[in-house]
Amino acid sequence: MAEPILQVRDLCVRLSGRLILDHVSFDVLRGRTLGVVGESGSGKSVTASALMGLVPIASGSVKFGSREVAGLSERAWRALRGRQIAMVFQDPMSAFLPVRSVGAQIDEQIRAHERLSRTDARARTVQLLQRMEVPDAAQMARRYPHQLSGGLRQRAMIAMALSCRPDLLIADEPTTALDVTVQAQILALLREVSQRDAGVMLITHDMGVVAQSCADVVVMYAGVIVERGSVETILQAPLHPYTQALMAATPEIDGPRPARLATIPGQPPSPASRPQGCVFQPRCGYAHEACGRRPPLRSHAGRDVACVLYEGAA
Amino acid sequence: MRSVALRLGQGACVLVGISMLVFAVFFATPGADPTARIAGRGASPQILARIRHDYGFDRALPVQYIRMMDKLFVARDLTSFVDHGERVVPEVFAAAPVTLSLVGGAAIIWVGLSVLIGVVCALWPNGIVDRVLMGLSVLLLSIPVFWLGEVVNLVTQSRYHDTMLFSWVPPLGYVPFLQSPSGWFRSLLLPWLVLSSSFAGLYARVLRAELMAASGEDYMRTARAKGLSPLRIMLNHGLRMSWLGFVSLFGLDVAQLIGGGALLTEVVFALPGVGHLTYRALTDLDLPLIMATVLYSAAFVVIANALVDLVYLALDPRLRTGTRHG
Ligand SMILES: Nc1ncnc2c1ncn2[C@@H]1O[C@H](COP(=O)(O)OP(=O)(O)OP(=O)(O)O)[C@@H](O)[C@H]1O
Ligand SMILES: [Mg+2]
Repeated sequence: MAEPILQVRDLCVRLSGRLILDHVSFDVLRGRTLGVVGESGSGKSVTASALMGLVPIASGSVKFGSREVAGLSERAWRALRGRQIAMVFQDPMSAFLPVRSVGAQIDEQIRAHERLSRTDARARTVQLLQRMEVPDAAQMARRYPHQLSGGLRQRAMIAMALSCRPDLLIADEPTTALDVTVQAQILALLREVSQRDAGVMLITHDMGVVAQSCADVVVMYAGVIVERGSVETILQAPLHPYTQALMAATPEIDGPRPARLATIPGQPPSPASRPQGCVFQPRCGYAHEACGRRPPLRSHAGRDVACVLYEGAA
Repeated sequence: MRSVALRLGQGACVLVGISMLVFAVFFATPGADPTARIAGRGASPQILARIRHDYGFDRALPVQYIRMMDKLFVARDLTSFVDHGERVVPEVFAAAPVTLSLVGGAAIIWVGLSVLIGVVCALWPNGIVDRVLMGLSVLLLSIPVFWLGEVVNLVTQSRYHDTMLFSWVPPLGYVPFLQSPSGWFRSLLLPWLVLSSSFAGLYARVLRAELMAASGEDYMRTARAKGLSPLRIMLNHGLRMSWLGFVSLFGLDVAQLIGGGALLTEVVFALPGVGHLTYRALTDLDLPLIMATVLYSAAFVVIANALVDLVYLALDPRLRTGTRHG
């Protein structure tokens, strides 16, 4: 069993008085990429922000290695951010400051955490860019974000995230803004990172991306984890009705795109109107009266699933 | 480099256009008798005849225009008859350093002050400091400059002049820098503060709004995720972007102030600057002086605008596309 880099237990986050994350628990293991999937608004980005200390943690525990970080002061968080936990964002164009060179922005992060001269920081920046397979790295470091292609920008973003050798890299939909061929290259790069450099938590709404590059997966819906386990198990036999619906809405990974994608009927609930019982019940084909009570995550057939259909049958 | 040349060419065209417009207003308006206007009130017939010949008012309009431009910019011997044959172009040039000193100093003060206020407010938005400072900036913004100037004069020149606090204040007027740097500084300090007050208020509010708008942007989130301190984030990321809107506002304001917009401050503090000169020209209906000040003001505005564009190019690499590799 691989050792956990990150252990999240019963994480709750409250924003503007509404409970956005409701008792979220999962682990990120060394060398295994964790995928976090769910529809828009399911709380994936808020989870990432909570792990970065960018939104307050209402209750629960977040452990990096053996260190509890929930409840740290802002100053202590600042020392962790970028150094132990780093983040890659969806759109590398808007995530970089447009008026400073890419290299300068990477240098800035290095020098914020380590006492290094400008030239030493730049040397590390160039080396990182080379590792991220950016051609002509020294030259590229002097360029401005708008002068790089989308793929190169995202590589630079990953280089920046890795610049202080973090333990965990959170990538929030890192390929959504890129075209398909570049997308595959970036995912391959992240796979390599997870083996070599840091634990990777990959946020996506695309089951196809999970199948391609993750070892474990967490399925989120309306701020709640509904199913959790290894990718082979869950892709082969998704148990939760929401996971099944999500998979049905994903085209075959290598096959041709179907003319029409199946969609999940209805809208996900907003945090304000989240049902008392099972969060998926209003849209679920199997809903019955037992769903009025929120089912806990239970181990069933090699994974954890939160659904009354599988209770008692374990 | 091409864009720089382009800007300069554009500026030159604008200047020619303005000069034609001003010329048309004063000399080509039907029914206007420029000879009498230039000569001023109560001129003798000999002077009228001399002026008519000298300026070519007995010739076609284009000739008149070219004569006028020649007198203004090449020969620079345009003469004010109201003011006993004073040459007006040297007068404008003598007034320019006063205005430049006044506006330059005030600009430094208001930019420094507004950046300080804007950044502090954006760092702790909606806190007590933010509210107090924003209230203060509305106050500064809404105090009329001539009223503030008069009050300052009242306090420092007459009522409390002999107290410890204000005995350093020199009498109203301008002291050239080369004559006495410390005298220059003391004669301008109060005018600087008065002139900069409303701009400081306005700029602080603009900057705060820009910084607050920027704080929701992706690049600010990235900066936070990098583990930078709030001040670093605000200065290196927020301010670095918000400068762009700030610079264009700044260029326009400075240009119009240098071009005579500091008139009220100059009159209140008896500073013989370009604004003061314009004021005198208008009250005396001194047409040559009006021509000269209007055109030189226009030139300042155009030059300042070109400079702003160059600063823009320096600040925002996205505008530099076409140049090789930034
Ligand atoms: N600062 C905030 N204040 C209040 N509510 C918020 C805030 N940020 C996010 N939310 C709410 O939290 C919920 C989850 O948002 P989140 O951004 O985590 O979704 P997501 O899963 O990342 O979706 P997407 O796939 O669109 O990125 C949404 O309902 C959103 O409205
Ligand atoms: Mg998101």
